[in-house]
Amino acid sequence: MSAGMQNVPTQLPEPLRPVRFGSTSGTVSQISAARPISAGSSEIPKVSLSEICLSYRTQSGQRLLALDHINLDVNAGEFLCVVGPSGCGKSTLLHLIAGLHPQTSGQVFLDGKPVQGPGPDRIMIFQEHGLFPWLTVRQNVEFGMKMKGISKAEREEQTRYYLRLVHLAKFENSYIHQLSGGMRQRVAIARALATEPDVLLMDEPFAALDAQTRDLLHDELERIWSETGRTIIFVTHNVREAVRLGDRVVLLTFRPGRVKSEFPVELPRPRHLEDPEVARAARRILEELRDEINRSLEAEYNVGVKPRIEPGVEA
Amino acid sequence: MKRVLHYVIFYGALLGLWTLLAQLKIWPPYLFPSPWGVAEALYAGFQDHTYWIAIRVSMQRVLIGYGISVVLGMILGLGVASNKFLEETMGGMLVSLQSLPSICWWPLALLWFGLNQNAILFVVIMGSLLSVTLAMEDGRKQMPRIFGMAGRNLGAKGFKLFCYVLLPASLPFIVSGLKQGWAFAWRSLITAEMLYLSLGLGQVLMMGRDLNDMSAVIAVMLLIIAIGYIVDGVVFKGMERHLQNKWGLMPAA
Repeated sequence: MSAGMQNVPTQLPEPLRPVRFGSTSGTVSQISAARPISAGSSEIPKVSLSEICLSYRTQSGQRLLALDHINLDVNAGEFLCVVGPSGCGKSTLLHLIAGLHPQTSGQVFLDGKPVQGPGPDRIMIFQEHGLFPWLTVRQNVEFGMKMKGISKAEREEQTRYYLRLVHLAKFENSYIHQLSGGMRQRVAIARALATEPDVLLMDEPFAALDAQTRDLLHDELERIWSETGRTIIFVTHNVREAVRLGDRVVLLTFRPGRVKSEFPVELPRPRHLEDPEVARAARRILEELRDEINRSLEAEYNVGVKPRIEPGVEA
Repeated sequence: MKRVLHYVIFYGALLGLWTLLAQLKIWPPYLFPSPWGVAEALYAGFQDHTYWIAIRVSMQRVLIGYGISVVLGMILGLGVASNKFLEETMGGMLVSLQSLPSICWWPLALLWFGLNQNAILFVVIMGSLLSVTLAMEDGRKQMPRIFGMAGRNLGAKGFKLFCYVLLPASLPFIVSGLKQGWAFAWRSLITAEMLYLSLGLGQVLMMGRDLNDMSAVIAVMLLIIAIGYIVDGVVFKGMERHLQNKWGLMPAA
């Protein structure tokens, strides 16, 4: 399995390629249509969170439980969306999986092996400003490969491939500030894919974009995902976006963050944000989310200002 | 265009005033030289190669001293910025040391290194090291955390993380500190050279005093200003322009 993942995505062996677009059948209730074949229950999950807890010390010195016994399995090739009100710790969860930040207790597993620190097998895509402004688009995409010590010739070939994949080949020599917000996020996607990660961790990557650009990027991301077969964990506060993209949506509670419920999304792909089925499924999730949003708003109103969590300040 | 006109008016007036005062002969010419006297001194100094040699020697010294400052200062500043213990202890000490004029190190430098080039270099380093260190510390703190995270995420660590991520990411925030460090290094060098007579622009300046040749003194002063200004305008302005091209609007530093 992992050997296949190392290849250039176009050469993925057939069984690894997720089955999509109703190749068996396209009806709404078909469960298998959007599920990768390899997601059988007997296999080791790609990413597994076991009893993850994280507590912070706030600036006023009190202890704050941000994540509370999170248990979650993500299958290989799955597109998992995590939703929750702001402040529920969903971004922090990605940092833990990326190994950028240690959890207080519990363990993150990748292919059954405990995660120790960051690694190019799990690449984050940040909401904004994650690209390096001192490098050109091409140098940004190359960066991870350069750190891996991959030869220049191979780097160039790979970079060209991934820039074509996100339709940015013409902009390889531009600097980041010369690109629009949507183009920047496509560069970020190319940069992440170029290190050939097993898992893409996306932290509200489209939140700062206008609606039209976001629509386009949803289509592109779905296409890239089905072409490359990567596992994606996608964090958003936008429920409809989660239903539009995800095989499964996980809802986190507000402070402490717990897994409140999970919703498998069994709608055929490609989906659209405006599909009535997407809207209906989103409404169901939104109802459960509303309680959490209310709690988060209440906390805001009562305290005046939400206790500010400073990542990196360990309890 | 308008700016050029302003320059011409201002410097023309200044030169006119100077000429007028010199012409009035309120003070004897050996105390208050005329502009053409200074021009003659400049010409003569370059003709007999005195100034060329002095400039070469001084530039050599300042480049070595400043270079060492930059390397040491970056390491020190990064250490102070990323270590809580160092920040609390050394951080405060560095700020307080900044109030010490670098020439105060001269007596110690003489004892430690003897009356030679190394003593001068030591004073130059002490003059600029602090500003570079403080600038680097500040730059490291102002630099958005996300760059470090993204770098580590993409597999950069240790020395590679420093060279390929932290250093370029903090450059826009430290360029003004590097500039200040250069100014301090240049001033410290001239001061030290005036005390220790061994070639260099500072020595040529003192030579003018010993010969009671104020034209020569002013000529060398103009040279010192010109070199400082040219390095600032060419090297640092160029660096700022280069960064601006890459980063777009500079982050508020």
